[in-house]
Amino acid sequence: MSENTIKNPENLVYEKTSVMTDRVLHYCPGCGHGTAHRMLAEVIDELGIQGDTIGVAPVGCSVLAYYYFDVDMQEAAHGRAPAVATGIKRVLPEKYVFTYQGDGDLAAIGTAETIHACNRGENILVVFINNGIYGMTGGQMAPTTLEGMKSSTSPRGRDVKTMGNPLKITELLAQLPGTYFVTRQSVHTPANVRKTKKALKKALEYQKLDKGTCFVEVVANCPSGWKMTPVQSNKWMEENMFPYYPLGDIKVPEK
Amino acid sequence: MARKGDVVINIEKCKGCEVCLAACPNEVLALSKEVNSKGYHFAMKVNSECIGCANCAIVCPDAVITVYREKRNN
Ligand SMILES: Cc1ncc(C[n+]2csc(CCOP(=O)(O)OP(=O)(O)O)c2C)c(N)n1
Ligand code: SF4
Ligand code: SF4
Ligand code: SF4
Ligand SMILES: [Mg+2]
Repeated sequence: MSENTIKNPENLVYEKTSVMTDRVLHYCPGCGHGTAHRMLAEVIDELGIQGDTIGVAPVGCSVLAYYYFDVDMQEAAHGRAPAVATGIKRVLPEKYVFTYQGDGDLAAIGTAETIHACNRGENILVVFINNGIYGMTGGQMAPTTLEGMKSSTSPRGRDVKTMGNPLKITELLAQLPGTYFVTRQSVHTPANVRKTKKALKKALEYQKLDKGTCFVEVVANCPSGWKMTPVQSNKWMEENMFPYYPLGDIKVPEK
Repeated sequence: MARKGDVVINIEKCKGCEVCLAACPNEVLALSKEVNSKGYHFAMKVNSECIGCANCAIVCPDAVITVYREKRNN
């Protein structure tokens, strides 16, 4: 079979979902944000809920997420996405509501909103992109920055004695009775991307059950903030981030 | 024999991150010598060993790649 006949519509096995707009993403080359967006968009597409989904964008590199998801979106003040999502979901309980937040947004300035939304068991999906750094503002230390990890505000590496310990906020939230499904994934290899997609799909399906907050952490790279090439950053992430932030389900619904 | 596949790369959207190169089982992809209008070296096919597995497209952060795979003959 010649190559030309392979490239015809009936042989199509993968193309960008139309739930993502055609805009060129503003993210740096190799940044995990784009892949995480696409998986969420594919799930929305496959569940057929594009017209019934409302997303809340954060402050951080993904502040422009509303340009990329072709669903109704609302921008929140820094860290306040779970509070905004609470309001939206309570007024429109039939809609699927998600927040999409970085680690600075969710685990620093928005810690209170995050914890209390999860503690109230708000029936929303929280997507948490943990790249261990404030990407947008120039690579400052985040609560999630690893011990010894260099950032623009910890140039000699994070010293836990003076700067505190990297915060495992996901494990902390899993302790709260309000959370229903809590998992940690990544999007740096095809197998991991598929697992993330499965987790996001489950989380949105659970929203129909009204059982509590679903929380999907994606450990992601920040090649620019980490000052590495994308491929190096993915390797560094495996070797350094995953031992401290192990991948897998943290809290699954009781059967 | 593995089914044959093919990819279409939207070179203007590619940022040359090389994440797809690392994910391809058959070393089908490499970066071009030329650059696109943004100045990025872009991913291109360098052999015809594509099996249409879609690994490259799934990990591409910028949704640059479309994948085709021939149907099983029956
Ligand atoms: C009230 C307020 N405080 C501080 C900032 C500056 N600021 C913008 S983004 C950001 C941190 C973003 O980091 P993160 O949430 O980890 O997102 P990333 O860029 O890494 O994806 C900060 C501190 C702001 N915009 N508003
Ligand atoms: S600064 Fe980091 S998180 Fe932000 S777009 Fe660039 S690589 Fe991604
Ligand atoms: S992963 Fe995507 S953006 Fe990166 S080099 Fe490959 S095609 Fe280009
Ligand atoms: S579809 Fe699979 S075999 Fe073909 S270029 Fe992509 S990763 Fe390689
Ligand atoms: Mg961050």
